[in-house]
Amino acid sequence: MFIGYFTERPYQDEASGFFGATGKPIMDLTVSNGIYDSHLAADLYNRFLDEKIYAEEMGFDGLMLNEHHSTPFCMGGAMNVEASILARITKRAKIVLMGNILPIWDDPLWLVEQLAMIDLISRGRLVSGWVRGTGRESVAHNSPPPYNWERFKEAHEFIIKAWTEPGPFRWEGKHYQYRHVNPWVRPYQKPHPQIWLPGVVSRDSLVWAAEQRIPYIMLSTELEPTKKAFELYHETAAEQGYESGPQNLGYLWKVHVDETEELAEATARKFIQGPSNPFLAGNEGTQNPALLALPGLSSRHRVLPTQAVSTAARGGAGGVLGRPYEQQIKDYTIIAGTPKTVIPKIRHVLEYLRPGSVFFWDGDGAMTHDDAMRSLRLMGEEVIPAVQEIAADLELPSSFDVDTKTGKPIEQTPVATADTEGGHGQD
Amino acid sequence: MTTTSGTWTEEILELAGTKVQMVKGGSGDPLLVLHDEMGHPGWLRFHEELAKNHTLYIPSHAGFGETERLDWIMNMRDLAGWYLEVLDDLGLDQMNIMGFSLGGWLAAEMAVMCPDRFKKLVLVGAAGIKPTQGEIFDMFLVVAKEFITNCILDPAKTAEFQQICPDEPTPEQVEAWEVAREEACRLSWKPYMHYPPLTHLLHRLKSLPSLIIWGRQDGIVPLSAGEIYQQAIPGSQLSIIDDCGHRPEVEKPEEFVRRVQQFLSAG
Repeated sequence: MFIGYFTERPYQDEASGFFGATGKPIMDLTVSNGIYDSHLAADLYNRFLDEKIYAEEMGFDGLMLNEHHSTPFCMGGAMNVEASILARITKRAKIVLMGNILPIWDDPLWLVEQLAMIDLISRGRLVSGWVRGTGRESVAHNSPPPYNWERFKEAHEFIIKAWTEPGPFRWEGKHYQYRHVNPWVRPYQKPHPQIWLPGVVSRDSLVWAAEQRIPYIMLSTELEPTKKAFELYHETAAEQGYESGPQNLGYLWKVHVDETEELAEATARKFIQGPSNPFLAGNEGTQNPALLALPGLSSRHRVLPTQAVSTAARGGAGGVLGRPYEQQIKDYTIIAGTPKTVIPKIRHVLEYLRPGSVFFWDGDGAMTHDDAMRSLRLMGEEVIPAVQEIAADLELPSSFDVDTKTGKPIEQTPVATADTEGGHGQD
Repeated sequence: MTTTSGTWTEEILELAGTKVQMVKGGSGDPLLVLHDEMGHPGWLRFHEELAKNHTLYIPSHAGFGETERLDWIMNMRDLAGWYLEVLDDLGLDQMNIMGFSLGGWLAAEMAVMCPDRFKKLVLVGAAGIKPTQGEIFDMFLVVAKEFITNCILDPAKTAEFQQICPDEPTPEQVEAWEVAREEACRLSWKPYMHYPPLTHLLHRLKSLPSLIIWGRQDGIVPLSAGEIYQQAIPGSQLSIIDDCGHRPEVEKPEEFVRRVQQFLSAG
């Protein structure tokens, strides 16, 4: 099993208005950055990087970053910048990007170069996820929503070719054209870093991931529809003539561990306070319905069982967004407690969904640095070792244990780090 | 399949290699009517009035309504080029052309490509030009009903508002709006609802009698865009309707029809 750590890096400043339960009822795209406090932001960026370093020390396999634009709930507008820093200041953990928003890049050659550089500087620790982005991403970078899916697929093909085939070559595609592709940087990992696909809504995306035999990561969705979506992946794999397994699937959800049950509850309630993500389950912030239903951004008809969020935005029955804390605790989309109470609940999730990768989403919303650090310490001391044991017991290999394309075990090689390889990487 | 009502029929025709939904009604001098970004709104009073003296041809654009979407059409010029062959296949030599909003932009593009093809041009709140004052309202940052409501200055006083924007739209109507918005998005996401070179090409319409109709309080395409159309098309008239938003044909149908009839019937 691969265990990763994630936070959305919220811009925690009451002056910004909050999307969450304790905040003002603001709507996406309505918050002016005129109130942006650069000193506060400098502190926050450094805090989140420090927490990633500590997460690595505590034994996490992966440090996950994501990207959103023009919104206070996620400060990772240029996630690859954070990833570049992590490439140098961490030693062992994978740097998991979930992900770069392919369709909003008018020039994906920048991605070919940036990501290969991150992979080189980290000596092969990059996991390169792709996403299609929400409406706010298409609006912020002015990428045409009806071509989102076409651009996604073409950019993916282009990047893989640029990483794997010797240049120079020409690319005359529908959405991207290049007369001379020969980037003077190639990935450390061969043939290229693993590509993962996180998502929530689109059936097209999940089926595509299964066709490509790349891992699909479900983001903070309720368990039952998540399981149904995973079944669709396995069915697609069977149609494609291969057997998928835990190595093909991942699940991200909110987990907070604390010193006492009381402190755990008080802190975990902060998940849905402060500037937390209004797009995902449990937040009580105000959605912008037009942003969630940009024309053609994703198919109106080919949707996953987990897509109640966008159904609600289009006027259908939803109810996901308003789900209170107690309900989320009950349905396990938030797990909070001491290690003793948290571990059996995580076991339940692993048994039910059988993912090979999991990500604990913590330190978000209104949580402070201290809140995040307490949880990270207890995860490292007690939860991660226990979860690894459970995963071994349940036979849940990750995509680093078993090849997602063949289902065969991957020969383990020691992870290369600056320390083991020496040379210019000494520090 | 043909649907018939009192004065109009609707059928699917094979035109320019494509299945095209065509509403046709009335009798007299042919008038091509190009719908706006939300698709053909149904047969309204202004259609009924104009049909007394004209044969109205109201196709749904490629990708709108029941007309097939063509993957290669990625901007307004592509659509205009395709449309000229639709007219070829209809067998109409010279005809009057009238376009609303996005359909007005389309009419202008078709006319500058092929000015001899048309007898008279009517543009109504036409997109296609970047206004000098104000911005074109961004239809993609609001939901369909909110956009349509913004098209009308005073919905409460607009008799046909419920026809174009029902309080409780049917699922079919909601789907038709989404189809229209998606295709409009393909055609006009960037630059949004305009194409800078069009202003310079409009001079080619110097021999085409052109009427530009605008609601003075147009909240979608500001009046300054209409003024640029008027300045760019030699000999054109700008006809402004007071107390009226983006859709004079719906909000002030009598006034609108009177001005169009007068223009089309003039010698």
